[in-house]
Amino acid sequence: MTMINTGDILETIKMIEEEHLDIRTITMGISLRDLASDDIKVLSDKIYDKVTRRAENLVKTGEQIERELGIPIINKRISVTPIAMIGATTTANSYVPIAQALDRAAGTTGVNFVGGFSALVQKGFAKGDEILIRSIPEALAVTNCVCSSVNVASTKAGINLDAVGLMGRVIKETAEITKDNGSMGCAKLVVFANAVDDNPFMAGAFHGIGEPETVINVGVSGPGVVQAAIKRAGDCSINEVAEIIKKTAFKITRMGQLVGSLASDRLGVPFGIVDLSLAPTPAIGDSVARILEEVGLETCGGCGTTAILAMLNDAVKKGGVMASSNVGGLSGAFIPVSEDEGMIAAVQQGVLSMEKLEAMTAVCSVGIDMVAVPGDTTAEVISGLIADEIAIGVVNNKTTAVRVIPAVGKRVGDVVEFGGLLGSAPIMPISTKSPAKFIHRGGRIPAPIHSLKN
Amino acid sequence: MRAVITVVGKDRTGIIAAISQSLADHKVNVQDISQNVVEDMFAMVMFVDITACTVPFDVFCADLDRIGTELGMQVHCMHEDIFNAMHRI
Repeated sequence: MTMINTGDILETIKMIEEEHLDIRTITMGISLRDLASDDIKVLSDKIYDKVTRRAENLVKTGEQIERELGIPIINKRISVTPIAMIGATTTANSYVPIAQALDRAAGTTGVNFVGGFSALVQKGFAKGDEILIRSIPEALAVTNCVCSSVNVASTKAGINLDAVGLMGRVIKETAEITKDNGSMGCAKLVVFANAVDDNPFMAGAFHGIGEPETVINVGVSGPGVVQAAIKRAGDCSINEVAEIIKKTAFKITRMGQLVGSLASDRLGVPFGIVDLSLAPTPAIGDSVARILEEVGLETCGGCGTTAILAMLNDAVKKGGVMASSNVGGLSGAFIPVSEDEGMIAAVQQGVLSMEKLEAMTAVCSVGIDMVAVPGDTTAEVISGLIADEIAIGVVNNKTTAVRVIPAVGKRVGDVVEFGGLLGSAPIMPISTKSPAKFIHRGGRIPAPIHSLKN
Repeated sequence: MRAVITVVGKDRTGIIAAISQSLADHKVNVQDISQNVVEDMFAMVMFVDITACTVPFDVFCADLDRIGTELGMQVHCMHEDIFNAMHRI
């Protein structure tokens, strides 16, 4: 019998108590592909029944593991098959009732978000896709826990410019319809390129079509732990910093692997993946921006930011890969502005700009995330922003996303408050020059040459 | 099944007595203790066997937590698995 080293024990306790180490989410993916009805009411009831039955013990089991291991598990969540595919079996011209059924299911099971009010339209719109997209503003306004995402592009298919144009208008409409709530609806809506099937993180989670009937995916976190480890190392070369990040990511991921396999065992649901993303929260000491500054920047957003972020993102993956039987999801560093105390400070100091954020997304997971822009930003400018971000993903063979909030009635210098993990977003300036002619051309930007790999 | 209990705080009388009493009450067997006092600060790490524990593990942890509060000490009780996962390959 081997005894564990006292130093290791104290390190683990310190990570949890002082450095915000936690399991960010246990997300149960549930397939809805066996559900169909031409009557949307009947279909909505079937969806409610299946989701609540399958996820009946999710929250209870999560809380039990949390108490037994002494590791905080912040969120328990559900993702479902993209609703556009399921809604297509009905004759309805709005899928809002399905969103409401998912919201009720969230209440019954006790989860805090359900993802999958989604459509995959990278190559074009099938029956149901456009109906779903046009239902998004109302669906997000009348529900609390439902998250929505639309995949408008992929490296294989190119960029669906019609969908990019439509999403600009949908985001504007969502902002308008939820304006009394800080345009909060937009915080639950993601536009993707190369969306992944097994992402446990919201708002972009959905249960992909190649996934099993049900699955458990786990998202780990720990920006604070990484920052503290770099700080302790003091003056050392950048190779050593990369090594420290790798080792820390390994430990964090092992914890995710343990929690995921326990949850999978107890729920009788196959274990999918560990998503080893550094996901910040608005809490002090839980910030990705502060990691970059710890490595050696005066302020996040200055010159050098992209290089450090590239190293961080890569080291996190290298450390995590060996720690888990299956790594997946988005895996990397997240840079959601409103959810990261250091990013908020950098924007408020005028150091972190939209253009720098865009560059940063080329080297880390996801993209322009939780960024608030002036309420009078046009739909075409938002579509142009989406097109730019999505092009980075398509050409670089990676996931990119846009979660932007054109906060109604707000101007540069104002702040919009979302509360909780979503934090607060300073309004960032964005170019007002119009890309309308480009966006209104419509059609599809062809897939890049390197998509032809066969 | 084993758990690791750590107790940290300002030294006083009765710390080990109070913790050990709770262990005995719950049929939890102590396998190893390492303990020291540095300048008034008491620190202890205990390895315990919880196989025969008479209550669910989270209830046992909550009881230790209560004793910690009464003593004015920080008491953590965590399942051994978490340390093995993080620090062993």
